[in-house]
Amino acid sequence: MAAEESYPDNLRYHAEHDWARIEGDTATLGITWYAQDALGELVHFEPPEEGSSVAKDESYGEVESVKAVSEVIAPLSGEVVGINAKAVDEPETINADPYEEGWLVRIRLSSPDEVDELLDSEAYRKLLEEQ
Amino acid sequence: MQTLRRTPLYERHAALGARLVPFAGWEMPVQYAGIGEEHRAVRTSAGVFDVSHMGELRMVGEGAREYLQARLSNDLDRIESGQAQYTLLTNDRGGIVDDLIAYRRERDDYLLVVNAGNVDVDHGVLADAENVSDEWALLAVQGPEALERLEVEIEPFTFREGVDILGVRCFVAGTGYTGERGCELGCVPEDAPRLWDAILERGIAPCGLGARDTLRLEVCYPLHGNDISPERTPIEAGLGWACALTKDFPGVERLCRQKDEGPEEKLVGFVMEDAGIPRAGMAIAEDGEVTSGTLSPTLDVGIGLGYVPARLADPGTEITIDLRGRPRRARIVPKPFYKREER
Repeated sequence: MAAEESYPDNLRYHAEHDWARIEGDTATLGITWYAQDALGELVHFEPPEEGSSVAKDESYGEVESVKAVSEVIAPLSGEVVGINAKAVDEPETINADPYEEGWLVRIRLSSPDEVDELLDSEAYRKLLEEQ
Repeated sequence: MQTLRRTPLYERHAALGARLVPFAGWEMPVQYAGIGEEHRAVRTSAGVFDVSHMGELRMVGEGAREYLQARLSNDLDRIESGQAQYTLLTNDRGGIVDDLIAYRRERDDYLLVVNAGNVDVDHGVLADAENVSDEWALLAVQGPEALERLEVEIEPFTFREGVDILGVRCFVAGTGYTGERGCELGCVPEDAPRLWDAILERGIAPCGLGARDTLRLEVCYPLHGNDISPERTPIEAGLGWACALTKDFPGVERLCRQKDEGPEEKLVGFVMEDAGIPRAGMAIAEDGEVTSGTLSPTLDVGIGLGYVPARLADPGTEITIDLRGRPRRARIVPKPFYKREER
């Protein structure tokens, strides 16, 4: 089942439709409601390897619906310290709950200052309205 | 920019919240509730597709049979009035210009239903035929419960005209593109919204092009432009059964030779053994290319069609698909991936 459209205030957003939840020197990453809705029912999440590094604005994985594949862009740089096995095993979780159960990876931040470049919920909503 | 054409059901699709995409010059629904859900509706109960974008050519008059017999691959004498046949339009090299269904009304009166993107090309080859595409709306109602819910009986590959379906005068054919029992309904464009509404009232799920593609791929029906094309022959594609090699039609000499010698490449079906979903255009590492791929909603595994050298074409052979730089194992299997249970 699809989730209701929402963009929680406690998250930071990247213009490529990704979110980050900052917790000290780590961040949890995922795709936004808008991204999962645009892709449709997801059937595959291709995660990065644990321990690999991801760079801000670059692809770190892929999400795939029946019809299309899309790269997932990292909103922040860091080292992958966790992968959501549930998103790998049951990709529909990403549609059902994109911000909680459907998170994708957890990273240890290598450049915490990058957080300042991300959008807040209001700015991201505004960006969506302009599209 | 070219304007996209719309079927008589465009407003209905928009009102249902369908996701509309450009397809072969038309603005068509790719999904309503979701591809998986629509796919399952057709496999387990019934679904309806707007296929009004498809083209219709009419060939009628003295000599119509001879004219078509000289240009289509299959033998029209294998069917009688009221029957339909899968056939191919080929070029001089035996390449597939289009695949189509020929409906035989009388000895010299045929209706040809062709792919939307090929109407003009086909009409160029079949210049004596009349393009009557604008006079037709076409709906495909497919699934184990399709006929029952419409209260119609029709045998596979037969058709009847002037049949009352839910209050609309229809052309009814026992054909489709999903591997399930069902029918295709033709009517005048003005009646299409009324027919569509009546079908939905019977609890038949609206289905888009997305599910149409996953359904046809599970049963290995080729898609023109992907799995078959003017550069590929019916022998390579495994469609020799739709070619009457004893009659004269474009490219028949080459097809006979290919059949005798065996084609260098063959269209095969494969199932992913590693994670990942194959897609059209991906390379097969050992040699060859994927022409269609998806996650099979029925089998819940990546499936695909592709051309490989004949030496690799036997079921059981392991191949490697290049999934955007990642080598992933797959195994060639007998076609089709899915076969409906006889009831």
